[in-house]
Amino acid sequence: MENETVTVNREREEHVAGGGLLHRRAFLGMSAVAAGGLASGLGAATDPRSPVSMREPGGALSGYGTRAPSAEIIQRIVPELPFPGTGSSRTPLQLLEGTITPNGLHFERHHNGVPAIDPATHELLIHGLVRQPLLFRYDDLLRYPRENRILFIECSGNSGTIAAAAPVQASAGQLNGLVSCAEWTGVRLGTLLDEVGVDLDARWVQAEGADAAGMTRSIPLSICLDDAMIALFQNGEPLRPEQGFPMRLLLPGIEGNASVKWLRRLKVIATPALSREETSKYSDLLADGRAELFSLRMGVKSIILFPSFGLDLPGPGRREISGLAWSGHGRIRKVEVSADGGTTWAEAALGGSVLPKALTRFRIPWRWDGGPATLLSRAVDDTGAVQPRRKEWVAKYGIGQGYHSNAIQSWRIDESGHVSHVYA
Amino acid sequence: MSMHKRAIAACCGLLVLACSGKARDATNDGPHHGRPASPAVIGRMDLTIAADGVGLPPGSGSVEEGRATFAAKCAACHGSEGTGGIADRLTGGVGSLASAKPVRTVASYWPYATTIFDYVRRAMPLTAPQSLTDVEVYGLVAYLLSVDRIVRPDARLDAASLPKIAMPNRNGFISLETHDFDGNIGSDRKAPPRGASSRSQGEKN
Repeated sequence: MENETVTVNREREEHVAGGGLLHRRAFLGMSAVAAGGLASGLGAATDPRSPVSMREPGGALSGYGTRAPSAEIIQRIVPELPFPGTGSSRTPLQLLEGTITPNGLHFERHHNGVPAIDPATHELLIHGLVRQPLLFRYDDLLRYPRENRILFIECSGNSGTIAAAAPVQASAGQLNGLVSCAEWTGVRLGTLLDEVGVDLDARWVQAEGADAAGMTRSIPLSICLDDAMIALFQNGEPLRPEQGFPMRLLLPGIEGNASVKWLRRLKVIATPALSREETSKYSDLLADGRAELFSLRMGVKSIILFPSFGLDLPGPGRREISGLAWSGHGRIRKVEVSADGGTTWAEAALGGSVLPKALTRFRIPWRWDGGPATLLSRAVDDTGAVQPRRKEWVAKYGIGQGYHSNAIQSWRIDESGHVSHVYA
Repeated sequence: MSMHKRAIAACCGLLVLACSGKARDATNDGPHHGRPASPAVIGRMDLTIAADGVGLPPGSGSVEEGRATFAAKCAACHGSEGTGGIADRLTGGVGSLASAKPVRTVASYWPYATTIFDYVRRAMPLTAPQSLTDVEVYGLVAYLLSVDRIVRPDARLDAASLPKIAMPNRNGFISLETHDFDGNIGSDRKAPPRGASSRSQGEKN
């Protein structure tokens, strides 16, 4: 059945690069393959005229919806850890669609567990080099004008295993799932900094969380005044506890650790505090043994999610390659895809709204002829920054350094349709 | 706001404009739902120890005292002498950063000893953060740094001596403050990332 459909569609296919990549306009007909498969199979052998769902009343209304039972297998990837609250869980990117991460699947990175905070007693202190130090309660912040923005958050350790000597065989989410995207609603940090009155010699703001790690990061005042937000809502509902309830800092395009969760204190200072996280952890060791400090901006990046490790191809035919792209600088300008290991490239279609500092979905049709293929994606952002090849990226950093890894990732498909992670 | 206060505020605003585009002042007509914070509240909440030692509390601790504290409260996770445990390695590795096997420890990598005090006091031990006394924390810093001979075996640290410790990797860092906080490959040939912001600094000032 599938082969017949494919033959029909082939007439209007326009090949734009090696390895079977088709013009991004050529999406028509793809659904026919799926529809053909369905028409021939399910339901044909069922005895009654209609399915059970049409012959008896359905379930009751509910106060808070749940997922379809078959979708409950979509879970964050949670590792086994010596201390269960210290570490990270990853978003299973390859099992999701679109660009918005459901709140229950947003990646987590905690340094000593998820605190249980009573919003009625929690206070945010803004002090230091200010004219009037102020305390804000959760209810106080709810009274401020709000803004909502769709933004990604990416841990700077995301995709860090690409620094490993041999490619790690794991799913796209396992390798890259320390990035998520949500609509965040909150109060402009600049509004609150206006109210405390920042001194002329202030250059940094140290943010501190009310968790058991007392997480602290020094953030440039320029970033705080640019587009930083104190987020109160995530995809329309109050922040989840694991995302910083009742309030978190949100720094668009900046490494996730600096968007301090469970925010309790902002200290306006002249020079950075040089805390443990910003010196010994989230600093980038270079090949010469020195290290970059305050490498805060996340680089331009893309990953292919389908096909990817764990999502093998059942056979030759027409497919859609799709994935996600993002940049801490701004909007994605284009994503190019290669199916022949980087020899030739074709431009993918960008789906939906292409927003600054948010995830962007890309798709390109592809005819897999059943031979070996190596898939790569390369994003370019609106500042002209181009996602680097792995060898360029690795050359800059010291061995074992995995922060800010935005190198191009490659998937190899063998004749059986099995997908593996390779360095191309 | 009285006329008098308004006049002062307006003057401050002019001063801000005249001196720096970065500085901000409380001259706007925002909602003002914050509550003034007293020095006592700030003193209770402010845990920050700055790199120059500002914020270090009274008291002192010795290598010997720290060794006992470490054995009782830290070694179970970090291993004896700070290596070989399930938690981060703390000692050794000095001089290894440019090698084929860089070992990042407190001794080999951390640029400031003040950071050890700040972090240990606020976050350690993992099972009971903020349970250590200031004297215990001074002793732990002294002990940890004695393992790699960064301080003498008979050292005693306090608010005056701790910030003066010369950590081996003190000059090993390059701040990206002058590179728009962006170390990504391919990003240095572009204009500063301002285009994506929905509001630039200048608009508000």
